[in-house]
Amino acid sequence: MSTTGTNWFKYSSPQAFHPLAGRLIPWFAAAALGLSGIGLYMGFFVAPTDATQGDAYRIIFVHVPAAWMSMFLYVIMAVWAGIGLGLNARPSFMMAQAIAPTGALFTFLALLTGSMWGKPTWGAWWVWDARLTSELILLFQYIGIILLRSSIDDLRRADRASAVLALVGVINVPIIYFSVRWWNTLHQGASVSITAAPSMAGTMVTAMLIMTLAFWMYSFAVTLARMRCVIVERERQPSWGKPAAIPDVAEAR
Amino acid sequence: MYETSGDVEKTFANRTTLKSSTLRQFFFFGPSGISPNMFQTVALSGSRGERQLFSDVSVTVKPGTLLAVVGENGSGKTSFLRMLCGLLSPDKGMILWQEKDIRQLKELYTAQLTYIGHLNGIKDELTPVENLNVSACLAGDESSGEIVQKALEAVGLGRSVHRLPTRVLSQGQKRRVALARLWLSTRPLWLLDEPFASLDTAATSYLTQRLQVHLSSGGMVVVATHQEIALPTDSVQYLRLTR
Amino acid sequence: MSQPSLSEALRGVVRRDLLLAMRRRSDVAMSVFFVVIVASLFPLGVGPEQAVLRMIASGVLWVTALLACLLSLGRLFTADYLDGVLEQTLLIPQPLAVLVVGKMFSHWVISGLPVVLLSPLLGLQFGLSGESLWVLTLSLLLGTPTLSMIGAIGAALTLGLRGSGLLVALLVLPLFIPVLIFGAGAVTSSLAGIGSEANLSLLGACFMLSLAFAPWATAVALRIALE
Repeated sequence: MSTTGTNWFKYSSPQAFHPLAGRLIPWFAAAALGLSGIGLYMGFFVAPTDATQGDAYRIIFVHVPAAWMSMFLYVIMAVWAGIGLGLNARPSFMMAQAIAPTGALFTFLALLTGSMWGKPTWGAWWVWDARLTSELILLFQYIGIILLRSSIDDLRRADRASAVLALVGVINVPIIYFSVRWWNTLHQGASVSITAAPSMAGTMVTAMLIMTLAFWMYSFAVTLARMRCVIVERERQPSWGKPAAIPDVAEAR
Repeated sequence: MYETSGDVEKTFANRTTLKSSTLRQFFFFGPSGISPNMFQTVALSGSRGERQLFSDVSVTVKPGTLLAVVGENGSGKTSFLRMLCGLLSPDKGMILWQEKDIRQLKELYTAQLTYIGHLNGIKDELTPVENLNVSACLAGDESSGEIVQKALEAVGLGRSVHRLPTRVLSQGQKRRVALARLWLSTRPLWLLDEPFASLDTAATSYLTQRLQVHLSSGGMVVVATHQEIALPTDSVQYLRLTR
Repeated sequence: MSQPSLSEALRGVVRRDLLLAMRRRSDVAMSVFFVVIVASLFPLGVGPEQAVLRMIASGVLWVTALLACLLSLGRLFTADYLDGVLEQTLLIPQPLAVLVVGKMFSHWVISGLPVVLLSPLLGLQFGLSGESLWVLTLSLLLGTPTLSMIGAIGAALTLGLRGSGLLVALLVLPLFIPVLIFGAGAVTSSLAGIGSEANLSLLGACFMLSLAFAPWATAVALRIALE
């Protein structure tokens, strides 16, 4: 969470980051709730019924943002992992550690909502097409990173090994993204792109973007909360005051 | 530069030691002869997991001296040695070889050292001769059959065990096979982790003699050890690691 | 300050591993027998009807080869790690990534190559013939080294950990899946008469990509594991 600018660098130290994160979380959580409320309302009630799929398509407002988040979060996690390896910086590894479970959650959500969408439209809960398969692989990768970290006792080795694994797996993300273009399979192609005009109605696109923003806010809130836990777990400095909400965790170990 | 050809005394005759790699390094490091600041650590601190092992260790090892790292079990001797090899990163401080950071030098530095750690680094399924052949080949040393056999004899292993698979040898014999590399090594810096463990008195004296030969040709040795080393006191310095 | 040349060091590493394999011939035999037995389980389970077997042949044989590679990954670095040879390898003054390629190569010769050589016989057992048999062998020839290389990353990351056998599988199988898809797909498309060039060239691309990156990633993982 460090940006350029001299007075921000002090937040890259865990002791300073912890209270800052604590102050920011409520804002992000509120934004997430608010935006998802708006987005879901727009998606489920305001957006028009689809010509071919009827109302079943409305799951898209959860499915697509979740899929986007699963890919974004993996790349961001890999970037933090790379920074950690390159600069040998512990906070970067902590950030990667905090992001992984949320990324896994969104991947699972994308797969689940995709199934729910697939049944009425394709007639099957699951098909082995390129995009679904590579998204499934992404879920396995997230789980692998989390499992690897928890299997290694030595903190430094755990950090660096899971960072290497995250970086090695980055290659899957472009595969997921381009899979609908490279293979002519069941999953529909990209309807929203940065360069071309979307092939969906305006309200649909807006609702999807609002939901994406809501998921971003959620990710920030949850990642910051997890970072706080990670910091308390690792930095057990008796001189540094314990956060009020988590008493005696530091001394209990 | 570590001067070879005539300065290094080998236990066996007819070994040429000046190789093309030596000439390359002569030109790289300059004809400055043996520098007194050949090998030093600067404010080295290390920890293992969350345990601080030692801090602010600064020591210089001059050519012809042996640095004995002493301390109880768990005081960080092995970690210290592994840092000197470059296998472990220190928390703070640096290690200098000819006043250049070993992290910069990387392979140029590891080409100067022979490390024998706790683990023997030999394969149980191969014979001692085969093990030494491979070690010598991977170190760029000469490894003809005769020289390898002489090295094994120098460390006290008779010819009868040379062609047996190493797994049938005793712990002490395996240790000797591991240490036999020192009789083949032409490298200036030796890093040894408890080399005298599992050795009987005869082998201990062979090793001590070999260390003496190495030191008198201008080599350097860093040894982690519990025991007293029977070498002239002016060539031995002691380092006790403190937190 | 004697230094081995790169080819000397590489040859030394490969020669040691192959020499060890000759001393423990059971390692080679194990890969072979595993593949034979597992591949035989399917006709016994599914029924001997030729048409069915031919349909499942590519998948079954490929998954079997994949599992054989997975099971042999434990042998890649663990023994060297336990007897101290690995840390000596890290100290050889040559790029570790190149030495790792040597280790991957000898691992493939011991566990992958026998499977490739055996595959025509297994293919016949499953009713493959002619071009598809040849495609099967070629796909395994390209695929098994790729699997060895990708698997080495997992083996290096989990070096010395408890339960590492299962953990390696979880880490490495997601990365194996594309290779499996293209490899088995090559045989399937050849059977269907479509032509296997697309899948084979993608398989070749996977091979090149892993040759470019896996040794380096494995070297990094090994240094991390040996700290």
